[in-house]
Amino acid sequence: MTTLTTPISEATIRALKVGDEVQINGTLYTGRDAVHKYLHEGGQLPPEVNLAGGLLYHCGPVMMKQDDGTWKCTAAGPTTSIREEPYQAQIIGDFGLRGVIGKGGMGDQTLAGCQAHGCVYLHAIGGAAQVLAECVTRVKGVYLLEQFGSPEAIWELEVVNFPAVVTMDAHGNSLHREVFAHSQAELAKRL
Amino acid sequence: MASLLDSLIELIRRTSAELPEDVNAALVRSLEAEKKGTIAESALKLIERNIELAKRKSQPICQDTGSVIFYVECPLGLDQLAFEETAREAVQQATKKGYLRQNSVDSITGKNDGTNTGPGAPAVHFHQHRSPETNIRLILKGGGCENVGAQYSLPAEKLHANRDLDGCRKVILDAVLQAQGKGCGPGILGVCIGGDRATGYEFSKQQFLRKLDDRNPEPKLDALEQDILKTANELGIGPMGFGGKTTLLGVKICAANRVPASYFVSVSYMCWAYRRQGVTLGADSQITGWLY
Ligand code: SF4
Repeated sequence: MTTLTTPISEATIRALKVGDEVQINGTLYTGRDAVHKYLHEGGQLPPEVNLAGGLLYHCGPVMMKQDDGTWKCTAAGPTTSIREEPYQAQIIGDFGLRGVIGKGGMGDQTLAGCQAHGCVYLHAIGGAAQVLAECVTRVKGVYLLEQFGSPEAIWELEVVNFPAVVTMDAHGNSLHREVFAHSQAELAKRL
Repeated sequence: MASLLDSLIELIRRTSAELPEDVNAALVRSLEAEKKGTIAESALKLIERNIELAKRKSQPICQDTGSVIFYVECPLGLDQLAFEETAREAVQQATKKGYLRQNSVDSITGKNDGTNTGPGAPAVHFHQHRSPETNIRLILKGGGCENVGAQYSLPAEKLHANRDLDGCRKVILDAVLQAQGKGCGPGILGVCIGGDRATGYEFSKQQFLRKLDDRNPEPKLDALEQDILKTANELGIGPMGFGGKTTLLGVKICAANRVPASYFVSVSYMCWAYRRQGVTLGADSQITGWLY
């Protein structure tokens, strides 16, 4: 088990390999469909959001506003990442991301982006909303909430021991590609 | 309809926070089957912890609380319009309480008004029966697994799938291959052979009302269900697509008549967060029993 603390250096990321289990400490920013499209079309990030050396989490959390005006995260599992494939490599490069967290894996463009810029894809456990919400110790901020609505907004989360698995590394390896090829061959034998 | 409202809110709460027993049991078995020390095992352990935590805290198991689909078996004479009104109110209140995420988007404007209600949301299917009881079943169908569903039109030349049960087997297994872990496997398949494009998908989803450990009364479909379950679990896709032994927890297949010109096979995929519950209501709309 490797511990990653944000901001993360390129050397740390390049040392990771497919199949490594990690736990994350520090800051995660959520961003899903609306945010990717917005950034791809040249939208500006709010000044408070600094993605350099950071991690972008494909997640639309359930947030409850507390009486004192702060937010509490009550569910925070990953959403399917492949929808961001057309945008991801560009966003990794433009903003200096060191990791993208999501589920289901991503495609060749993102894999190439990871290799070029020193980034990894971290697979969180899909559906594990409660375990992952427990790792969120504080909601530090929310951006573009009015514009995109709660699941699609950028949430700034402080996390402790957030678990994930490296399924695409910065060396051009993808567990998703391997498992697909293997399962396709196994299926061919059984048809 | 105050007590119907309360009963529906409680149904939503429990469906969102607790998996039915048959699903829990299948997940426990799959954890035992995985090789120790693998990432597949870690994934399932985390899933187990998550299920336990959600139940204890009465919080959504998964943050995608899905499409809200009610199946109502009702006696003749039930006021369906009033029921639907109450169901909408229950969904709105359950959302305010955090049992459901603000999860429903206007497809034209892209706006999410936070109520979880709108055209088609929630979906309510009524079936009358000649019994005085009302049974309400609820499925929360997540988007990630809905997206990996597939509808095939046979013959499917590329897959060498003809218009017979072997052709059905080929396309159903293709759906499993294409889905990989993207629908949050280990998953459950609901399949309809036949029907038109709309009823095919509708019936495939209704298969999710069956318990995982039941058997299909039609021997040919039963054999197909067992075969696909076994074959899928030999492919090495595994939990979350990490590789491993459990790719599917169950396969449920039904058949519907088709017109001679069409032969559809509609496959719906349900994630491990298989949220299905049901209640029987008494005369005063109080919950008198749970169906799963
Ligand atoms: S597919 Fe299911 S478990 Fe996965 S995120 Fe969607 S609802 Fe949750």
